[in-house]
Amino acid sequence: MIDPRISIIDSRLKKVNNIIAVSSGKGGVGKSLVASTLALTLAKRDYKVGLFDLDFTSPSTHLILGIRETWPKEEKGIVPPEVYGLKYMSIIYYSGNKPSPLRGTEISNALVELLAITRWENLDFLVIDMPPGIGDATLDLLRLVKDIKFLIVTTSSRLAFETVKKLAILLKKLEIKIIGVIENMKMDDSDFIKDQIEEFGLSFLGKIPFDNRIEKVIGNVDMLLATVFAKKIRDIAPHLEKL
Amino acid sequence: MHEWALAEAVISTVSQIAEKEGFKQIIEVKIKVGELQQVELEILEYALSQLKTEKLEKTKFTMEKTKAKLKCRVCNHEWFFNRKKLSEKTAEAIHFVPEIVHTYIQCPKCGSPDFDIQEGRGVWLESIKGVK
Ligand SMILES: Nc1ncnc2c1ncn2[C@@H]1O[C@H](COP(=O)(O)OP(=O)(O)OP(=O)(O)O)[C@@H](O)[C@H]1O
Ligand SMILES: [Mg+2]
Ligand SMILES: [Zn+2]
Repeated sequence: MIDPRISIIDSRLKKVNNIIAVSSGKGGVGKSLVASTLALTLAKRDYKVGLFDLDFTSPSTHLILGIRETWPKEEKGIVPPEVYGLKYMSIIYYSGNKPSPLRGTEISNALVELLAITRWENLDFLVIDMPPGIGDATLDLLRLVKDIKFLIVTTSSRLAFETVKKLAILLKKLEIKIIGVIENMKMDDSDFIKDQIEEFGLSFLGKIPFDNRIEKVIGNVDMLLATVFAKKIRDIAPHLEKL
Repeated sequence: MHEWALAEAVISTVSQIAEKEGFKQIIEVKIKVGELQQVELEILEYALSQLKTEKLEKTKFTMEKTKAKLKCRVCNHEWFFNRKKLSEKTAEAIHFVPEIVHTYIQCPKCGSPDFDIQEGRGVWLESIKGVK
């Protein structure tokens, strides 16, 4: 038995210039917030940008963007709708706000399905919000998506950094491009993580301070873009424009 | 409906295999269509006929529906997916991403959403016959 979906994935993504997985070995470090804000920032700079939430069991980007009542178009597959200047795709179109308890093979299968049926138009960037760790979603993207690039998020904690190192080792071994590492939720101005990252041969893209006003702007894109968090992302964006 | 997208996937896979095996013509493609995805066979057939390439000019596409068999991982109960019990919207969500069945259906015996889709999920190619 042959799964016919695999062979079409390449052509579904062929009009996308840069596919960027926002990833981390650790959970809760700010991947979803970085992915959403980065996608919005690039779109504001007149790039054509897509945002794909691949955290099927705990999707969050729709909450960060405040998306309601939006649906993909059905047109020989599905065409992601435009929200705040982004072509936006998430499993929430189908699961609503209900839980979707999925095991590994099912996550993998759902991911293959969405990659096979979603018709992305011309995009300069497709930003992917990844679930934490190096599990199914990561392995599937590595298996199925050519030329994928990784943007890694860590916090200042050694607990986060150690898992990030494992992710980086895996990606390096597979010769996957790592754009660089962002240090998020920074509470002091130590260079410990920066030094470690650079020693490791990776680009350090910048520090984002812990911002206790972030919670108030969740769900409001204009307010989000006015935060220090968004300003730092704007400073980091040129690293992506160079790709 | 995303039968069209799946038909494109079938054509692309068959073409790739034809290339690899050195087939000049594809005689027959056997497709299994799992009930969980609720693919409309007529639409799939129509899409395939529209998307045919030269090597697929004379291909016979045979389609066989398979029941969607679910098995609970908690209590081992086995049952078949039945779309009739679902609302239009739920059925459609499962049509697009069959795994979403875990959001809407639980084991009829113990109520767990932790079950396996053992058979009949979606579209599979069972066999491809060609001439060299
Ligand atoms: N710089 C920051 N300052 C303050 N709060 C932040 C910052 N970055 C992220 N957060 C908050 O931390 C929490 C985790 O962020 P987020 O959901 O983006 O992380 P994640 O890595 O995507 O998590 P998961 O691994 O669960 O997907 C959220 O409540 C978010 O609002
Ligand atoms: Mg997240
Ligand atoms: Zn059960």
